[in-house]
Amino acid sequence: MPFKRYVEVGRIALVNYGKDYGKLVVIVDVIDQNRALVDAPDMVRGQMNFKRLTLTDIKIDIKRVPNKKTLIAALEAADVKNKWESSSWGRKLIVQKKRASLNDFDRFKIMLAKIKKAGVVRQELAKLKKETTC
Amino acid sequence: MYHKRGLWAIKAKNGGAFPKHEKKAIAAAPTEKPPKFYPADDVKKPLVNKRKARPTKLRASITPGTVLIILAGRFKGKRVVFLKQLTSGLLLVTGPFKINGVPLRRVNQSYVIATSTKVDISGVNVEKFDDKYFGKKVEKKKKKGEGEFFEAEKEEKSPLPQEKKDDQKSVDAALIQSIEAVPDLKCYLGARFSLKAVMKPHELVF
Repeated sequence: MPFKRYVEVGRIALVNYGKDYGKLVVIVDVIDQNRALVDAPDMVRGQMNFKRLTLTDIKIDIKRVPNKKTLIAALEAADVKNKWESSSWGRKLIVQKKRASLNDFDRFKIMLAKIKKAGVVRQELAKLKKETTC
Repeated sequence: MYHKRGLWAIKAKNGGAFPKHEKKAIAAAPTEKPPKFYPADDVKKPLVNKRKARPTKLRASITPGTVLIILAGRFKGKRVVFLKQLTSGLLLVTGPFKINGVPLRRVNQSYVIATSTKVDISGVNVEKFDDKYFGKKVEKKKKKGEGEFFEAEKEEKSPLPQEKKDDQKSVDAALIQSIEAVPDLKCYLGARFSLKAVMKPHELVF
């Protein structure tokens, strides 16, 4: 029941609304009850309402409002990118993006692969069933 | 800011005066005689129309070799290879016939979805196909006697001329080779497209 992800300097958050939708940002300072100063390697540091952010489990070790160089170095040191992409949340987002960008031909190939896989599974199941029936 | 055009600099560069083009000498037009006859009421002149007839603008996504999905008509849902745009604006398209039963055919751009899948079309020669090739053959009118009016009119569907079959074969031969080079492409072209429950057309990438 207690909170596990806190808003703090160094917390990585996912932007869930607006121009930077889907980006990972670092909370670099807290402005007031509703807003945080937020920074990422590929954007200009700016304020964002907390309602636009979804906190993640990842936290890096930085001082309040570091300059861009220090921030990037800290992100590299904590290996945020790989941690994110190997987390189940991160992997889900990658899969969603891949699915959305599929070609008509790609969708056809996936359908063939699914049918093939289902066929193999069904064969194995049939074999197992045969072994256990009287 | 209208007057700050830097005319002083242009004049200075040209030695004090603004550079002028020499006026072209106008050839003296031959003197026209006044017309002998004026119509009683004013005759209206039709408005000037400088539009040129040209084939429909082809969508940027449709290039020779693109796989298209036909949306209407007998072959709706079929995936088909685009060959070229004819002078009438219609698209020349082929199944290939052996793969999905679509022959060399004309199709309107509006009834087609262009996918981003391309087939290598370099081995195919489509020079000889134009709109006349696909036009209806004019039959010679037969003089009918009265008795024949009451007979049920026999619609003679002349069989497809061998020449067209050969054309189809020659176009498809090179195409099928390049299609078989890509895995699964042959099955893809043989299958029809349909929307399933989860597919949202406005979100789909074709």
